[in-house]
Amino acid sequence: MAFHRITLTVNGDTELVDVPSNMTLLQMLREKLVLTGTKNGCAAGECGACTVLMNGEPVNSCMVLAVECDGAEVTTIEGLAHAGHLDPVQQAIIEQGGVQCGFCTPGILMSARALLDRNPNPSDYEIRDALVGNLCRCTGYLRIIDAVKEAATKAS
Amino acid sequence: MPDTVHTPTPGLPEFDYVKLTSLAAASQFLAEHAGEARPLMGGTDVFVRMRDGFWKDRFLVDVKGLDGMNDIIFDPATGLTIGASVNMNRVIASPEVKQNYPVLAEAAHTVASYQLRTRATIVGNICNASPAGDTIGACLVLDGTVRIHGVDGEREEQLSAFFTGPGQTVLEPGDVVTAINFPVPPEDYEAKYIKLGRNAIGDLAIVGVTALGYPDEGAPSGYRFRLALASVAPIPLVPTQAEQILAEKTITEATIAEAAVAAMDACAPIDDVRGSARYRRLMVRNLTRRAVTQVWEQLKG
Repeated sequence: MAFHRITLTVNGDTELVDVPSNMTLLQMLREKLVLTGTKNGCAAGECGACTVLMNGEPVNSCMVLAVECDGAEVTTIEGLAHAGHLDPVQQAIIEQGGVQCGFCTPGILMSARALLDRNPNPSDYEIRDALVGNLCRCTGYLRIIDAVKEAATKAS
Repeated sequence: MPDTVHTPTPGLPEFDYVKLTSLAAASQFLAEHAGEARPLMGGTDVFVRMRDGFWKDRFLVDVKGLDGMNDIIFDPATGLTIGASVNMNRVIASPEVKQNYPVLAEAAHTVASYQLRTRATIVGNICNASPAGDTIGACLVLDGTVRIHGVDGEREEQLSAFFTGPGQTVLEPGDVVTAINFPVPPEDYEAKYIKLGRNAIGDLAIVGVTALGYPDEGAPSGYRFRLALASVAPIPLVPTQAEQILAEKTITEATIAEAAVAAMDACAPIDDVRGSARYRRLMVRNLTRRAVTQVWEQLKG
């Protein structure tokens, strides 16, 4: 199987990685770069636990080949906080009690950050719509939605 | 034998990723490796099929972004062209699509989730040729034409003649669909996609009904309707008998009900995990009636 040498930016750092053709972005993040905040849930693009930002847009990293990320800019949950300060959506999900087991939380936060980047004042419907691809089996979603709303309100 | 139960292993089977610099090279490579190479767009169907062991291709040929495939272009005189690499979120957000082809955005919005639509494409949805493909109905009623690059150069195919079976199309080894074109839509048309899933959003369609209607003085009823049905036949289905009823008879509640029964009679659904054939047939009748009624009410103003 072919290997590919790729260069990409992950959370602001330039990375040079050798990846086999069949390695996913998710596997590269977890196994090559040891960024294990991104979770493997369904491996089929259904659950959203592996959501990261690729060139600013959320993707299921289990559904992207690592080699396709040559030249891309990737942000994972590890890159969300800046200079010791949590992202407003991270702070809000703590304050609203939107975390239980926590497995879905990194993916939810990446989807929420992407939503607020493209739409700083989302309606309830827009929040729910943006989180359709992030399954949570603990919280019942309401506190997560409250958290996104709070992060939007505080930012504006 | 592939596992019938999906196991969440992150790994994909072995293959070689190939990225070429021109469509000609891609077509040649795909033709030389017929049966063991496949074009790769967003991968949202390909990777699932490969993980489940149904597809065992040796080569995935990444054709994203070759020769203008990333463009979405609207010309009021000739219509809309959506390049094969344009993802569904871009289609949904496009002001030209919203303005002139809103049913396409509406249908795309019912596909999976935002993050999947960052990768998923309209052309990929078409090439996957699932009878359940959510955007195919809109592409059919908008009279889409696909542009294909093959070993002998470029050609075009009417979407209505594109599908030959579940997952089967007229595409030959070496063919790469580069774009879909839509003509300028009929004047004063209205259209609607109604999707029935197991939950409100994100799931595959148990039944999908797309209806488009427009005033036409040449039709005895004064209107023409185009219909497309998802998930109820081996291919995305156009119920021509139902369309004919709506063109010929004065449009009343009874005419719409008659057309809805004709749509039901045209389909040949299967029983599967999402619904029984009997349920699908009845839902085709009900949702066709609902979609046509909604379009009709908007047409009347």
